[in-house]
Amino acid sequence: MCATGSSVAGRDGLAVLDAEEIRRALTRIAHEILERTHGGEEVILLGIPTRGVPLARRLAARIGEFEGLEVPCGSLDVTMHRDDLRLRPARALGRTDLPVGGVDGKTIVLVDDVLYSGRTVRAALDALTDLGRPRTVQLAVLVDRGHRELPIRADYVGKNLPTSQREVVRVMLSEVDGQDVVLIGEEGRKS
Amino acid sequence: MKRHLISAADLSRADALLILDTAEELASLADRPIKKLPTLRGRTVVNLFFEDSTRTRISFEAAAKRLSADVINFSAKGSSVAKGESLKDTALTLEAMGSDAVVIRHSASGAAHRLAGWVQGSVVNAGDGTHEHPTQALLDAFTIRRRLRGSSTRGAGLDGIRVTIVGDVLHSRVARSNVLLLSTLGAEVTLAAPPTLLPLAVENWPCAVSYDLDRELPKSDVVMMLRVQQERMNAAYFPSVREYSRRYGLDAARMARLPDHAIVMHPGPMNRGVEIAADVADSVRSTIVEQVANGVTTRMAVLYLLLGGTEFPAVAQ
Repeated sequence: MCATGSSVAGRDGLAVLDAEEIRRALTRIAHEILERTHGGEEVILLGIPTRGVPLARRLAARIGEFEGLEVPCGSLDVTMHRDDLRLRPARALGRTDLPVGGVDGKTIVLVDDVLYSGRTVRAALDALTDLGRPRTVQLAVLVDRGHRELPIRADYVGKNLPTSQREVVRVMLSEVDGQDVVLIGEEGRKS
Repeated sequence: MKRHLISAADLSRADALLILDTAEELASLADRPIKKLPTLRGRTVVNLFFEDSTRTRISFEAAAKRLSADVINFSAKGSSVAKGESLKDTALTLEAMGSDAVVIRHSASGAAHRLAGWVQGSVVNAGDGTHEHPTQALLDAFTIRRRLRGSSTRGAGLDGIRVTIVGDVLHSRVARSNVLLLSTLGAEVTLAAPPTLLPLAVENWPCAVSYDLDRELPKSDVVMMLRVQQERMNAAYFPSVREYSRRYGLDAARMARLPDHAIVMHPGPMNRGVEIAADVADSVRSTIVEQVANGVTTRMAVLYLLLGGTEFPAVAQ
């Protein structure tokens, strides 16, 4: 459950990662993916909308730069698989885009901006099961803020961020929000 | 979006676009190995059909099942309605069995509206008399948008698209819902029909009216043929079927007068040889089979948006 509301404006909170630090974190994660998947063979990067998708694209671009390897990249919407659908009004769906060839037998790296309760990732695993049978599934997140409610952990973490549950972590990316920054603020649990 | 879907007029432009965009995302489900989503697990949808229907009932049933809802089908034939049970009592019985949504088709205009006042769950109008059929209008709008605007059209309306609706407007709930919805989405709608088959006060509808189909064809992007509803006709609305067919039927010669990109639609069931010629119905420009497929997707979107969230969803933000 990522706390990434769209109405930011003034009381932004404290910047914990700036554009340069985000860039470095993604570069490191790209290297780690290459290491842990034996050179990125059969890897597909699947971003979870909204902000997981541009992150997955950036990782794919990095891997392309380092190894000259074209890693397929797509998006996986988890809305219809969430366990909190009935707690709020029905929401608009995100896009699911799979690379041609599907996910069967591939190494899937799920990409999201913030790892929090783990419920989004649980939904993503369910959604993925309906799409095929990958060989392995891994998880990459830009920020891990703790407070897991399910037995889920990330394989690649940009930054571990100890937070209180009353704080809001907001990831902003230039593709979506016009700038790259990770903010932490005291606004109560919004998402 | 409101709790019920009774009339296409209940939908704001934002609501209608949300439904179309949701349907667009759900359309990819048809290509997947598992054509099912767990979203409405544990919810019950009742199909309450007092009038005969093939595609609408099966379409709603398929839509509800693909979202994992439980479906109870009810048709008036062979039920206690035959013993004289009223609509209200039937509805309350179904409600007591725990339905979360009722999809109703009834021969009386306004039946869905009355039902909405009696039951707790959502009511979806699947055609009430000669009044409205909003999900048909939604699937038609979805089909038009996909065909003429392509499939990556999130948030796009139908602005500037010229739609000509031809034939038995008087008895057609499809025509009324389509005029309301398509004009909400920005399309320019023209009704082409004999004066006897146009409803009273049609000049207050948000559309133009013409008696001459041939004049409208060259400037139409979409031609929507309506079924001549013989079963609702208790008077002579036109001299003969043959004369109707010659003046308002769509045959190959008339289709040739359409612009190259134009599409031909029909809500079904068709009277081949009356309002539409067989070779037109089977041509590549005809979207009739596509409309059926899109019907399932669009109805999934409607059921998801009505039932997927909290009990009283306020969808449009």
